[in-house]
Parts: sequence; structure tokens; C-alpha cells
Amino acid sequence: MENQFLRDENDRVDGIYKVTGKAKYFAEYELPGLTYGVLVTSTITKGKILSLDTKAAEKAPGVISVVSHLNKPSAPGYEQEGGSPFKIFYTDKIFFNGQPIAIVVANTFEKATYAASLVKATYAKEEFNTDFEKAIGDAKAKKLQGQPDYKRGIENAYKTAEVQIEAKYHLPIETHNPMELHGIIADWRPNNQVTVYAKTQGVKATQGTIANVFKIPIENIQVNSEFVGGGFGMALRTWPVEIATVMASKHIGKPVKLVITRMQMFTMVGNRPAAVQTIGLGANKDGTLTGITHRAFGETSVYENFTEGVVNMAKFMYQCDNVNTQYFVVPVDLGVPIWMRGPGEATGAFALESAIDEMAHALDMDPLEFRIKNDPEKDQQRNKPFSDKNIKEAYRIGSQKIGWSERKNKPGSLIDGQWKMGYGVSIGVFNANRGRASVKGILKADGTLVLQSATSDIGPGTGTGMTLIASKLLGIPVNKIKFELGDSSLPPAPSQGGSATLSTVGSAVNDVCVSLKSTIAELAANSNMDATSNFVEVLKKNNLPSIEVTKQSQAGKERDDYSMYSFSIHFVKVKVHSLTGVVKVDKIVSVGDSGTIVSPKTARSQMVGGAVGGVGMALTEESIIDHRYGRYINNNFADYHVPVNADIPEIEVHFINKPDPYINPMGAKGMGEIALIGFSAAVANAVFNATGKRIRTLPITPDKILASS
Amino acid sequence: MQSSDKKPNQGDSRRDFLKKSSLITAIALTPSVALKAAENQADERFAELFEKIPLNLTVNNKAYKTSVEPRITLLDYLREELHLMGTKKGCDHGQCGACTVHVNGERVNSCLSLAVMNEGKKITTIEGLANGEELHPMQAAFIKHDGFQCGYCTPGQVMSAVACVKEGHTNSRAEISEYMSGNICRCGAYPNIVDAIVEVSKGGTKA
Repeated sequence: MENQFLRDENDRVDGIYKVTGKAKYFAEYELPGLTYGVLVTSTITKGKILSLDTKAAEKAPGVISVVSHLNKPSAPGYEQEGGSPFKIFYTDKIFFNGQPIAIVVANTFEKATYAASLVKATYAKEEFNTDFEKAIGDAKAKKLQGQPDYKRGIENAYKTAEVQIEAKYHLPIETHNPMELHGIIADWRPNNQVTVYAKTQGVKATQGTIANVFKIPIENIQVNSEFVGGGFGMALRTWPVEIATVMASKHIGKPVKLVITRMQMFTMVGNRPAAVQTIGLGANKDGTLTGITHRAFGETSVYENFTEGVVNMAKFMYQCDNVNTQYFVVPVDLGVPIWMRGPGEATGAFALESAIDEMAHALDMDPLEFRIKNDPEKDQQRNKPFSDKNIKEAYRIGSQKIGWSERKNKPGSLIDGQWKMGYGVSIGVFNANRGRASVKGILKADGTLVLQSATSDIGPGTGTGMTLIASKLLGIPVNKIKFELGDSSLPPAPSQGGSATLSTVGSAVNDVCVSLKSTIAELAANSNMDATSNFVEVLKKNNLPSIEVTKQSQAGKERDDYSMYSFSIHFVKVKVHSLTGVVKVDKIVSVGDSGTIVSPKTARSQMVGGAVGGVGMALTEESIIDHRYGRYINNNFADYHVPVNADIPEIEVHFINKPDPYINPMGAKGMGEIALIGFSAAVANAVFNATGKRIRTLPITPDKILASS
Repeated sequence: MQSSDKKPNQGDSRRDFLKKSSLITAIALTPSVALKAAENQADERFAELFEKIPLNLTVNNKAYKTSVEPRITLLDYLREELHLMGTKKGCDHGQCGACTVHVNGERVNSCLSLAVMNEGKKITTIEGLANGEELHPMQAAFIKHDGFQCGYCTPGQVMSAVACVKEGHTNSRAEISEYMSGNICRCGAYPNIVDAIVEVSKGGTKA
């Protein structure tokens, strides 16, 4: 099992599979008798299916079956009252345009695709609304509390402050769009034995969902997901189309593979919800913040509720005695959203960090200086000390690397021909989570170590990080360690989300290694060997081919005593074309303050990737709906612009790399979210510094810059 | 709503198709022995003859003499027929580059090319890039510079990068970025990808 391609101990342990095409993603498993599913989707936005004519499709060549609400197999979890209201094929109701209404299964993808075009539906249409901002303004439209109101000190204190700003910020729907299309291979065999190859951020979660819907024992279900082609949050739940595919397999008694289209990626597997936020800030003339008010509306669906941490940051990020927040969600007739990288915190940070910049400008202060002045010594929301926070040092490093001293506080001061130059800064923050996970370690007399846990790696380098933790603790070279994941039969671990995997699973790896080490020491002592003897010799002397241990690890009381966060500071230099309004990001410096950096190479890539995602969020990404029809009109990569290589400048990444003394044995905190949180505000702030134009609606496209006065 | 666990009658559709849809043309074109076999509902596979057309091509130095449906893309042919899963499907519209392969040495989006358009052509996929166990320098450079995270776009990026060097579009980082902009990486590994290409274009990273 030696990985001979690791030349550098920091290389990604699975890199060899990724560059040779040997990494197997869910759609790439070959099963005997594999069939292909293709979806038929609703062409109306709201109403009811009146009829579904599947005869022509069923007669088309190669077609095995068409599964819909008319003939779906038994799924007892969907026959019960209550629970999740969108039970695919167990309803004839249409909740959104593009909702899957049938799955056509054939012996080739081409035949299934053609046959799907032959399915004809008629509908009873109902009035609908997909326009979130219209619903906010409509007094009759439903508004649901997304989080309890928060108040510290005086409500709306900003209104009586010496210096006041109040501004409204708009974010459009953003779509995750991992490069790998969503889908699943489902293989329902006799005696209710089910194997799935899934695109999931949590094999245990997928296993649990299938067990609940079909009411079969969890042991009957095997979920495999070794390589995941990106998730960014969209694979944090088992979507209805996956259940539909399992139903299809149950119905025909053969394995079914579903790979949805890029267009379908926009409608049925979640998105970052649109948001409208109002921020009020008050300050004394000396720059002391005296009031923060953050009110937010987030988009949700009519059939399932979705809420996230949009207003969290305002409660603790700045020293301020008077803070109040409010968060409502507003249902529209679209597919339900789901967390997208940085989730609600990234939405909230765009508004808050733009407003902080606006206040600094109103005070005629350097925005960096204003932030440092209002940097809190403790978490005022929880009334606890921070476990570890090095923001001032991060400001210092970042400002030096970007060349902040070149920045002029007066907007529009730096001109280079037809380009206006500007600098912006923002902060990102996210809970340093730690959950509960189990890991099994098998130490072998051949000098290798196998570690197993039912966690996932959607790209951050989980296997690499875990391997490095074990290597450091046991002194085993990384190429002799194998970390196995993405398999529901391994010891349980939570889904990969909320920047918690390294902290959660890494702690269990730590505990396993510590335990193995002490077992070896005991064995050495018992066989009169030196305590520092190599484990291979100790195992051989004891005639043991291997020893194994399983450990469960979770956070303790330290979480009651300290407030734990990861932080990032983003510095951005932009140039804005004075005639066309085009924004080019010229340089990026991101500084991560997330405890110990366990895996330097992959950690840097995480930060780089977050910045790239942030450039898209700031400048180009917007899922646009034609509200007359309730349909997305830019649902492809030609019209929905994610950043490409030429959009991205030099990116410098720096880490504080100082262990958090309380979070976990490694002192390491997550960084997937902080890499992106706040980034879009840094760009908006830089655009303001370059042009004097404050763009409060993302994405910052040239038309908005030209239209702004 | 009631559910039904009744299994559909598999196989009917194929014979139905053969008898009803193609019979008229089939009579004119098909040897009588074949027709008899079809009438006797002899073999599913036989029906394929009516739907497929011959194709000869070379993939990773291996010659294939086969027949395919004219509507199958080169991408789906590679993945689903030849089981060469290294070439990825990211959009099926030629907008993302995940399916990039070399056709007669040039980079092509295999999702925009029908398999039948590649008669007599020489295809190289990511599986054919390394020299046995020895990685192509670009593959080694991607590992060294961490030119990926999830790895899904990587085969397309690597194939595109090899072509980019061969095309001579490596005179500056900006030029490399421009000529690599047909390959989307949602994880955002772009600067690392450019680093890898810069190194290989200067003759570095031997496997």
C-alpha cells in the first residue's frame, strides 16, 4: 500500500489518483446490468399534475420503465403523515419549475434521454411568485422568523449616534455548481439490500435518509462515496432525485444510475438563497462604534424552510454595547436553498463588512484603523473570552503584503491611465466547530498504518490532513499511512460541513494514535524491549501481525468556557476601467487565523479556492429568473459566470499558524468557510476606494458601476 | 396515493420497436435470416444492428473496431462504452472543459464531438498520458503544485495544460491563464494550475 508517488510529505495523498483519472467518483462504478435514469421535469411553476402520459416513452427502444407518482414503489416513510412536505413521487403537487415528475430508465443514457422527451404531462396551473424582493414588499406575503430576535443594550442605538449610516444590501441567488454533476447509482437487490454510490458530504447521512424513507434496517444500506467532485454545501442532504433513483432501482430490480444535467443543477439541488439586508451603524466621532443593527430577509421555499446564520457576525465581531438583529425568511415558489460555502455568514458579512467600510469613510478614518479600534477583547454575545484570536497580527501581515500604505483614503485617488485603482479589506469569521467522530486504527507489523472513518473528502484534503496528524504522532512516514473514508460501514463520523472535519475527525485520529503508541510501549515493556523500540520490532517480537483500536472523540467542557472562532482577513486590490466599468481583481492577500496548520499545502489551496469563490460572488455570479415563468434563464456555465483562470490574479496566503490552546489536541480550527466569508465585501470596498461608487447589490457588474453616481 | 411494486415487463419495448418501427426498412435491407431471427424475437442484441453504425478509432494507442449509435458523444462513448472514466462530464455543452481529450494531438471538448465524427482518429485520454508507471511531467507538476482540490476537473485541466504547452501559449502567466480559461475549476486551483504549467514549460518536474 506504499504510496510511491508522494515525493513531498505535504503532497495530497490522493493526488496520484486525481491526475491519472483513477479517482472514482460516484458515476464511475460499473455494476452488472447497470441502467440509466433520465428525469422528466415540470414545465410549470406551481399547481398539480393532471395527467402523465408515459406510453410512448415506455415503448421507446431500450426503455425498461418510467417511474412517477402513478406507479412508484412502496416507500413507507413517505406514506406517513408529516415530515418533509416534498415527498417525491408521493405527491402530484408542483412546488417549483423544473421539479422532477418522472424518471425514465433505459439500457443506455441516450435511449433514456430520448424517451424522457416523449413523456407528456398536463397540469392545473396556479398563481405563483418567484420574485423574492417582490414578496418582501408584499404585506400579504408570508414572512417567517428565521432566528429569534437578538438585543444587547439599546435597540437601534445607531439612530441617536454622532455619526450614523444606514444602508440596504442585496444578494442574488448563487448556485454551488461543483464541477461534478449531481446524481447517484442505486442498486436495490433482493431482501431489501441496498448499495448506493452517492455524491454526498456525509455517507452516514445518506444511509440514514434512505433507511427513513424506505423503512429498512440501516445495516441493509451501504453508501460509498470515496471521491466527491466538489460539494460546497449542495451535497449536505440527500435530495429527492436521489430517492427517486432508489425508488426506480427498487421498482425494476436493477441498478440505476442518475446523473443530472448542468441545467438541472440550478433547480433541484439547492442554492445560496437571495437576501436583502439593512445595516445601521452608529459611532462617536472618535471612531468608537456605539450601535449595530442588522436586519435580514432570506429567501426560502414554500414547501420546506431554510434558515442560516446571516445575522450571527454582528453580535460579536466588533466591540459594541448596543446590538440588535432580526432575521426573517420569505417563501417563494422555487426549489429549497441549502448552505453554500461560507453559508449565511458569507451573506451577512457582505452587508456588515461593507457597512463597516462605509462608516470608516463617514468618519474619514482608514477602514483598517477603524476595525482595529473596535476589535473586541472578549465575545460580548456569549460573555466569554475567545479561545484564541490573532486578528491584529493578521491585519498587520496582510496590510504589509498587499501594500496598504499605497492606499489613499480619498476614493478615486489612484489612477493608471484609464484604470482607477483601489484597495479593500474585510474580515471573515466562522464558528470553530468540533463534533463527535470515531476512527479505527490498524497498526501492522509490515510498518504500515490504516485509519478508517466514515467521513468525506469533497476536496479540502481530509485524507492528507489526517495522514499528517498520524504521521507526526507516530513517526510513520506518510507514504506508509492510508486513511480510508467515504464508506458508511466504517466507524461513524458527521457530514463534511461547517468547517468541522479536521477538528472533529482529526481529534479521533489523534486519540487513536496516542492509544496505539501506549499499547506499543506496554508491549515493549512486557517483552523487555526498550521503550523507544520501533513498533514493527515490538509487534514481531510479540508475534502480532497487527494491533487495532477504535476511539470516539468529542468536544468537552472547554466549549462552555471559551468562544471559539476561526478568522480570516482578506485584502484585495482592484482596478476599475473608467469607461467600461469592468472590475479586474489585481491582487489578493488572505490571512488565515485558524490555529495550527496541519497540512500547509492543502490549507493554502483552501484559502486560494475561497478567494476564487469570493471573486465570483463579488463580481459575476447570479442565478437569474424570468419571474413571468418562474424559470432560470442563465442555467448553464456560458451564462452563469463562475471565475475562470484569466479572472484570477496572484493570490498570497498567509497563516498565523499558532495553536488554539482549547479547541482540540492539534490546536487546529476549520478554514473552509473563512476562506470565502467576507471576501465579497473586500472587493466592494476596493471598488469604492477606486471609484467612490458604493455598490450594494451583488454581483458588481459593469452596468452597476456605470449607472452609479 | 397507492403504490405499486409490480415489475414492468422488461424487453417488450425492444421487440416492439423492431417489429413495428423498423420492419418496413428492415425488409428492404436485411438478410432474411436476420429478419427471421427478429420475428422470432431471438435476440435483443440483434436489434442494435439497426441502430448502430461502424466506427474505427484508436484510443490510447489501442485500436477499436466497433459500432455505435450515431447520437452518442465521444465523451459518453469513452465513459460508458470503453469505461474510461478519467474523462469527466461537467456540463455536456462544451462550457467547462472537464471532458477535454486530445484528438489527433489537439485538445477537444469530447462532449461536443459525436463518437462517429472520430472515424480513423487517434484519441488520447488522461488514462493514456502517463508512460506506464511513469507520470507525464504535467501530472507530476499538478501534484507538486496542488493544482486541484476535489480533482474532478483535473483530467481535463491536465489534458488542456499539455496542449497549452505544445501550442506554445506559455509565454507569460497571463497568456497561460487566457489559454486555460476553457477549463473551469470550481474549487479555484487556478494559480496552482498556472504554477504547474509554468514549471513544465520551463522543462521542470520529471516524473
